[in-house]
Amino acid sequence: MASGNGYKVVGTRPIRHDGVDKVTGHAKYGADLNFPDMLFGKILRSPHAHAKIVSIDVSRALAHPGVKDIVTSKDLPTLSENILADDKVFYKGHAIVGLAAVDVHTAEEALSLIDIEYEVLPAVTDVAKAIREDSVVLHQSLTTNTLGEKTGKPTNIGSHVRHQNGDVEAGFAEADVVVERTFTTQTVHQGYIEPITATAKYNPDGELTVWTSTQGAFNVRQQVAGILDRPASKVKVVPLEIGGGFGGKTTVYVAPVAALLAMRTGQIVKMTMTRDEVFEGTGPAPATLIRLKMGATKDGRITAADTDLFYEGGAYPGSAVGAGANCMFAAYKIPNLKIDGFDVVVNKPSSHAYRAPGAPNSAFAAECVIDEICQKLDLDPLEFRMINGAKEGDRNPIGPRHGKIGYLETVEAAQTHDHYQVEVGNGKLRGRGVASGYWGNGAGRSSVNLTVNQDGTIMLLEGSTDIGGTRTSIAMQAAEVLGIAAEDVRPAVVDTNSIGETGVTGGSRTTHATGLVAIRAAESVIEQMKEKLADHWEVNLNQVDFSDGTFLNSDNQISFKEAARICSPVVGSVTESTTGAGGAFGTHVVDVEVDEDTGKVEVLRYTAVQDVGTAIHPSYAEGQIQGGAVQGIGWALSEEYVYDQKGQMVNASFLDYRMPTSYDTPMVETVMVEVPNPGHPFGVRGVGEVPLVPPLAAIANAVSRAIGVRMTHLPMNPVSVLKALNKI
Amino acid sequence: MSRKAHVQTQINGENVEFLCEPRQSMLEVLRDELDLTGAKEGCNNGNCGACTIIVDGRPVDSCCMLGVEAEGKEVQTIEGVATPEGLHPLQQKFLEHAALQCGICTPGFIMNSKALLEENSNPTEKEVRFWLAGNLCRCTGYDKIVRAVLDAAEITRANH
Repeated sequence: MASGNGYKVVGTRPIRHDGVDKVTGHAKYGADLNFPDMLFGKILRSPHAHAKIVSIDVSRALAHPGVKDIVTSKDLPTLSENILADDKVFYKGHAIVGLAAVDVHTAEEALSLIDIEYEVLPAVTDVAKAIREDSVVLHQSLTTNTLGEKTGKPTNIGSHVRHQNGDVEAGFAEADVVVERTFTTQTVHQGYIEPITATAKYNPDGELTVWTSTQGAFNVRQQVAGILDRPASKVKVVPLEIGGGFGGKTTVYVAPVAALLAMRTGQIVKMTMTRDEVFEGTGPAPATLIRLKMGATKDGRITAADTDLFYEGGAYPGSAVGAGANCMFAAYKIPNLKIDGFDVVVNKPSSHAYRAPGAPNSAFAAECVIDEICQKLDLDPLEFRMINGAKEGDRNPIGPRHGKIGYLETVEAAQTHDHYQVEVGNGKLRGRGVASGYWGNGAGRSSVNLTVNQDGTIMLLEGSTDIGGTRTSIAMQAAEVLGIAAEDVRPAVVDTNSIGETGVTGGSRTTHATGLVAIRAAESVIEQMKEKLADHWEVNLNQVDFSDGTFLNSDNQISFKEAARICSPVVGSVTESTTGAGGAFGTHVVDVEVDEDTGKVEVLRYTAVQDVGTAIHPSYAEGQIQGGAVQGIGWALSEEYVYDQKGQMVNASFLDYRMPTSYDTPMVETVMVEVPNPGHPFGVRGVGEVPLVPPLAAIANAVSRAIGVRMTHLPMNPVSVLKALNKI
Repeated sequence: MSRKAHVQTQINGENVEFLCEPRQSMLEVLRDELDLTGAKEGCNNGNCGACTIIVDGRPVDSCCMLGVEAEGKEVQTIEGVATPEGLHPLQQKFLEHAALQCGICTPGFIMNSKALLEENSNPTEKEVRFWLAGNLCRCTGYDKIVRAVLDAAEITRANH
């Protein structure tokens, strides 16, 4: 099947190499591993949002039949408070004690036999309260790093950064309309279906093996080695299939504890979280409080923006406020701008990456204020974006100049799409919203090892764990270079002892970076084969050409497969710190209908436009966009961590947390704009994260227009909609 | 811990006997005792559907069924869906439509979709979405899954 883009493989839709194993139940995920005499680990977690640990007594648990070992932070060679708490717990679900027992039920029974005395402290779980002068302070050692200066005063604000250009006051003076709003979003979880799991084995010679489901095996190796104070070369991490991650599996939780228990017991230890542990004990995306003031002239030109971003880091500093600031206005030309970003600790799990970390929150504020400006100026919101939108050479208001980008192309594609042409209303409370979003995308280190088999097929070993089809999108790039079919490249994700160092499958980098390395490895294979064929044909190297899958000189012409028989063995192995990632934009259009009696929002139609550079496997690029959009529907309408007065999460189950189901969602139409990224031979741009950036604002704009009330709080669940309608 | 129970059942057409503790779920028995790890644990409380199996023709969350309840039943798991002749139309269509990304929810979706098509071989999009609302997928946004099931239904009808 030719793709019509001049490529033979790129742009086609082969069936993924790992597909049959996944539809027949034979693919092995982290928790699917069983060994004889394996122990099962469990973690005791804090029932309090904030407390001092006065004492821990494990004697009753240790005496329980079947319990083999128990560890606390005192047993860790280096303090790692989010792995096992030290003398304080900072959130409900904070890990305190790890134990191993003969089976999972015995391990669970033993948890209830551990006696911990707490001194319960008042908790703060709301960023707006945490920044007040009179707030409970989590860490006495934390003093604000404000604009590069330490204040010396204990506070919950970990850092304060500012980005500034132009003169915002002058910009607002120039504006014909100014809108100022405050937005809030709640803590949300990545919601991967496979709970966190790790299985560890320790050999008497000091070799530690960890089998796990992770976005980055080398990352796990580094973290486990660091926490357990062991050389990384003595830790082998074997990545198994991974059941979703979305950023949430780029760090470790149970792996170091399972490893410690394995080292102490000499037995293999498997540790798998329950769903409530996943919600309460892993890093969700931060709740945020964002104030934004923006001005524009009556002909629709943005003159100034001034914003304060407060992001919850959770128990420790480290929220994605920096990325939130960087992405917030990347789509626009804004001459006068001031951004103040604050990283705030609260008594919630330590926040972690979730698909375009930080960007959906800030885009929610920016894109909603823009929509309100458009309403006030009676301007079409997509036309407004055409006026203000960034193109190649324009500067991200707080960053470098954009290279070749396709933002305006996404807006144009949305404008001309049938969805935007037809009317939305039919007398009911219906509205249409649009919003755009940006993510910078990553590159970085990747490794690929290509071996040419005698039959002309290829073994492709790679270090990038495959979370959504990258085995295939990378194999396709090698196949394109080699002039063979995607099916003739057999990709395998291998362990940390079998391939060069590779960064995480995150930052939308894998199809770009690991693909680029696969291309380099394939090019190396071609060069080596040309040399061997020159010898074989007894001609000079420069007389051998390779074109369109064929090696040739003036007298000979043979296919790659025939050449493989002559040349095998050939190995192309490349480890490279890649660059050249291309930032990407998306523009989403959504129609909603609001039930004025129940407050329920139904998404009627959803169209997501995105610049994907070049879609290597269009179905998988579409799938990323559709999946991101539906995660956005959840974030916008139903998902949140609900806390009671004591800082206890009260909805730590899938039923109560409320991710979208198939019945809550429409088909998601995707429109892929292809503006090739010059930093990649085939023009790849990262695809995975952009689609979660626009939906929150697009849906909020649709709801706001449907009900005539500006929505500034997420999720827009029935209660918040009925409140907006003054019905409750 | 109480004594293990002896259970006789049929799994994927084969007579199977196993021992399990009365407190062990069918999901635990499948995964830990019988090494049939195709059924996945996503929540262990019936919310996500990743552990769906078919028991006497009905889709069941195996995490909410006890192992001892399998006595005398006919159980189908994902491992028994393909035949030596090839993949089931649902499996084939899931692959063709790229209806999986990470794949952890896929066994549950295929088992529940199989139960749907055995009851209704001509479902509407809305009926597919309603039937599958107990199966969570976080990767795909459901679009391609629903299309795969509708497409597989067509094949199933053509084969009958």
